[in-house]
This record gives sequence, C-alpha cells and structure tokens, in this order.
Amino acid sequence: MKLTKNLKLAVVALAASCLTLAASAQDNTLLGAGSTFINPLFSKMFSQYTASKVNYQSIGSGAGIAQLTAKTVDFGDSDAPLNADQTAKMSAEVLHIPMTSGAVVVTYNIPGVTKALNLTGKDLADIYLGKVTKWNSPEIAATNKGVSLPDLSIVVIHRSDGSGTSFIFTDYLSKVNPEWASKVSKGSAVNWPAGLGGKGNEGVAGLVKQTPGAIGYNELAYAIQNKMDYANIQNKSGKFITATIAATTAASNITIPADSKVSITNTDNPAGYPISSFTWALIYKEQNYGGRSKARATELLKLLWWNIHQGQADCEPLNYAPLSKSAVKVAETILKSATFDGKAIL
Amino acid sequence: MENKRLELSDSQLKWETIFKWFLIAMSILLLLIVLGVLITLIMESMPSIKSLGISYLWGKVWDPVQNIYGAYPFLIGTLLTSFIALIISVPFSYAIAIYLGEYNPKGWLSDTLKNAVELIAAVPSIIYGFWGIFVLVPLVRTLEMKIGVMPLGAGVFTASLVLAVMIIPYGASLGITLIRMVPSPLKEGAYALGATRYEVIRSVIMPYTRTGLFAGVLLSLGRALGETMAVTMLIGNTSAIASTFKELVFGPGNTMASVIANEFAEADHTMYLSALIELGLVLFLVTVVINLIGKRIITRFTNN
Repeated sequence: MKLTKNLKLAVVALAASCLTLAASAQDNTLLGAGSTFINPLFSKMFSQYTASKVNYQSIGSGAGIAQLTAKTVDFGDSDAPLNADQTAKMSAEVLHIPMTSGAVVVTYNIPGVTKALNLTGKDLADIYLGKVTKWNSPEIAATNKGVSLPDLSIVVIHRSDGSGTSFIFTDYLSKVNPEWASKVSKGSAVNWPAGLGGKGNEGVAGLVKQTPGAIGYNELAYAIQNKMDYANIQNKSGKFITATIAATTAASNITIPADSKVSITNTDNPAGYPISSFTWALIYKEQNYGGRSKARATELLKLLWWNIHQGQADCEPLNYAPLSKSAVKVAETILKSATFDGKAIL
Repeated sequence: MENKRLELSDSQLKWETIFKWFLIAMSILLLLIVLGVLITLIMESMPSIKSLGISYLWGKVWDPVQNIYGAYPFLIGTLLTSFIALIISVPFSYAIAIYLGEYNPKGWLSDTLKNAVELIAAVPSIIYGFWGIFVLVPLVRTLEMKIGVMPLGAGVFTASLVLAVMIIPYGASLGITLIRMVPSPLKEGAYALGATRYEVIRSVIMPYTRTGLFAGVLLSLGRALGETMAVTMLIGNTSAIASTFKELVFGPGNTMASVIANEFAEADHTMYLSALIELGLVLFLVTVVINLIGKRIITRFTNN
C-alpha cells in the first residue's frame, strides 16, 4: 500500500514538473536550433547566462535553418551562410551574426611519422582528387624535408554525412586548387572523387585511426580532445601554420564585410590558419513576426549581445576560437540593425 | 436450436457491431498509412522527377553541388549488399532451423540456442555497426591484403557480413517453427522405411517446408534492403562505382538507405531534398517488387 502511495506521489510530482517545464517553455525560454559544431560552446554559454533561459537543439545547420524558416525557433545557427535557395525560402531578411570561429584540421595516420607534416593547400586538394596517391610522392616530400615518408598508399577519408565541416574544407580546397573548384567545388556534401566516407567527426576519426596511410579532416576541438596528429597547412602568405586557437582567431582578424557573410578560409592574415570559418547565429531582421512580444525580441538580442562579448570567455577552454576584434565590431553593428516594428531594439 | 441471434440483447448486438467496425477501421487505417507514405514520397519527389526524368535511375553521378543526381550506384549497392548477405546467411539460418527443429527440438541446449538466435534480432543495429568497425573491419583488412585489393577494411563485403548476421534470425525462427510442425506420421513413415536422418530431412521435411523456408528468406531480404545504420557505418559511403568485380565486392560503396540517412539533415536546396526523397521512393518500390516476386514464387510452389 505504502509503495503504491509513494508511486502515486512520484507520478503526480513528475506530471507537475512536466507541466511547469512546458509552461516555462511557452513563457520565456528562448528557442534555438542548428549547428552541432557549436553545441558544446552554446551549452556552456547558456548555462552561465542568467537573464533568460535558452533551449538549443543541435540538429545540424541545415535543419536549424529549416526551423528558422518555419519560425518555430527564435534563432538558428549555421556553419555556412545561407545559400540562394535558403534565402529565397525565408519570408523576410535574415541577419548573420558571427558567434565564434572554428578550424578544420587535417588528421592522418602514417606509421613511423611522429613529426607534424607540412602540407600545401594545392597538394591537399590533389590528394583528395586522387591524383597524389602515395605518402612518399615528390609533392609531399618537397615540403617535408628530413621526414622519412613511407611507400604507403594514401587512403582518403571524408565525411559521408552533409556537414558544415565538409563545407569549410571544400571551400578552402576550391580556393587553392582550380581543378578542385571546377570538378568538385564546395558544399556540405559534394561528389567526392576519391576515398571512403565516415559518418560524423567520430566516423572520420575512427577510420583515420584504424587505417594505416589514412588522411582525414576533423574539427580542431575534436582532434585535440582525441589526441590526433594533424598537419601544418600552408597559408596564403606561404607560411606553414599549426592549427591553434590563436591562429584561428587571427584568420578572422581581417576586414569583414558589413553583413559578416564572409568565408575566412585561405585568409589574408599572415598569422592565420587557412582552414577556418565563422559559425553564425541567424535571426530575422524584423523581430515582430508571428505574434512575438517586444520583450522576447529584446531578450533574444541581449542574449546574442552577451554571446559576442562576455560569452567569448567560454571559447578557449572548449577549444573554440574567440571572435577577432574586427568580427566583434561587425557583429555589434549587425545586432543594432535588428528592429521591432521598424524601430531599433538595442 | 432456433435462430440464436434472436436471443441476443440489444447491448450485445451493439457491441458486436462496434467491434466489427473497429476491426475494419483499423485494417483500413493501415492501408491508408501505406498509401499515404507512397503519395507523400511521390509528391515530394516531383521536382526531381520532373527535372531528371527516368534517367535518374541509371545516372551514375551524384553531385549535390551541381544538382546532378543518379541513383544507379546506390541501387547497385543496396542490391549487392542485400544479396551477398542473403547468400552468406541462408546456410546458417537453414542449418540452425534444421538442428533446432529436427535434431534437438527440446531441452535446455535447444532453448538456449533458440533464445540466442532470437536475441540476435533484438540487438540494435548501431551495436552491430560498432562491432563491425572494431572487429570485422580489421579482419577484412587482413583478408584484403592477402588477396591483393586495396586494404580499406570498410566496404560492401564488410557491410554484407554484418547484414548476414543481422538477418539470420528472420529465416531461422520461421524455419524452426515450420520444421517442428511437420506431421510426425510422415517422418515416422520414412524412418520405418529405413531412411536415415539426412534422407528424412532431404525428402520429407524439406519438400514439406520449402515454401515457408523461402518466405523466411524473403523476410530476411526485406530486412537487409532497408537496414541503414550498421551498413552506413561500414560500407565506406562512396558514390563512385568500381570497375572490376573484385573492387565492386571488396571496395567501398553506398546504399540508398545510407545515403538518405547521411545527407537528409543537411540537404540545403529543394532539388537535393527532392532527389533524396525520390531515392526513398525507389527503395520503397524495390522492396515492393521483391516482395511481389517472392509472393508469386510462394504461390507457385504451394500450388504444386
């Protein structure tokens, strides 16, 4: 009897807590959806931000954009700016606000090689085109004097699922290798000319770790956490840059256009790591839609304002690159341009 | 024994009618759901059907950037993995069915084995995927080094191996039940005539259960065609088609289900999304056609 009573109590308590949760979700919780890449950072940021509750669902950039299009979330987050098709589907103008930047590193598994490899962008693209097939080929040897490279076939590993990481990587390859640009081009999923696909960061990392001779690409944070070797990549100024948080922030310290929709791969900054990109929060410019209150719009703007200022302190411990000064400045101007009934909110 | 219905009360009659209509409604609802799925698939894939037409089926290039879509590599991948898996699994499922149905139908060993077989079907496919990555991939890589193909480990063959394990229970469970249902007078008659166990199985049990065993195979094929997660993790996910037979079997490939699972979430333009949904439609139709062919074969065998 006692047990059933306790059970009943538990059920009632559970139901009550569900009700309050549901109620709070309707009341003032800000809803966001999108990029899985930024999810650890957002989780940390939103746990510290006390002014409002935020519920962020990491369902992928594309799915987040779709949710924003359907107006079921307050903001989306994408690792690539909206493309023409996505922009056309939006019912109103959408603002891109850079949140942080991340680097994509080239990971590999060459038995016997312990020193970090130096790779040029062109060679990297040729490897992914299936043109450079051996680790000891002259192209790779030329930039790695003193490293004894084995006579081993290169096994190319790429992402099999559509992903922002692939977008950043192919965007870079398109810029540094004309053949890649014309044959494959850039996209979150492309027609890979060579190699195997692994699902997700962990899929690529798993295949790279297991396959002798494999080359793959991963997010910097993922490679650091899993202690993987990654190559130094030659940037536009000819320097071989090790991917670090500082080098990634440096990559975004360039002149950024007013809408912030800029690709920072192959950056002009001589200290910048060349395969990096912003991830953008996406909101509607006119915040009065679908019966939203002005208070809610203000909360959203304040949250994003906090993200690009105080929130940036959370970046480094989690291996994200904080926004560069020029990026913060542009982001501020963009946030100030958001309106409610045509009037500025911030 | 007059008309019994006259003795029924009003409420009994009402309940009868309600119950009958409930059954009818449920059955119709199921039909509507299948039809609804088909209609949705067709409608959503219209943009792709209109722009690519029938050539979608044998197009060899899948390039989301340039909006060129061809389902051929994935169609081949799906059929190849499923049939290789079927070929590997059939001897196992038949052997298990015969052993547990005829040789050892009772006792603790038989029960344990039967439960183990059923457990194979209950394990989530992602676990098979992990097992494949950590155990099968290195094994297959060693094999590939010996036979002189690119030692990638992941590929069509590895995916088929895991699929084979996954579909064994479907053929086996049905087989066990059917073999146990063979009437004993038939078997006893054969034994009385001096037949050995093998001869009884070959000339009495097999002919008697042929249709059912085939239905079991068909069930497992249906499962293999649609299996997504484990295959995605092991097949290597490339849309390039190999040129030699060896590479086709051991090299990386892709299936329709795994392309959809991989690319659906990030399909960022209308045509791309529509081409993926059309892939779902093709998979739907392939499954239906294979099931229909199976049904035809079963009816033919039964009539004879």
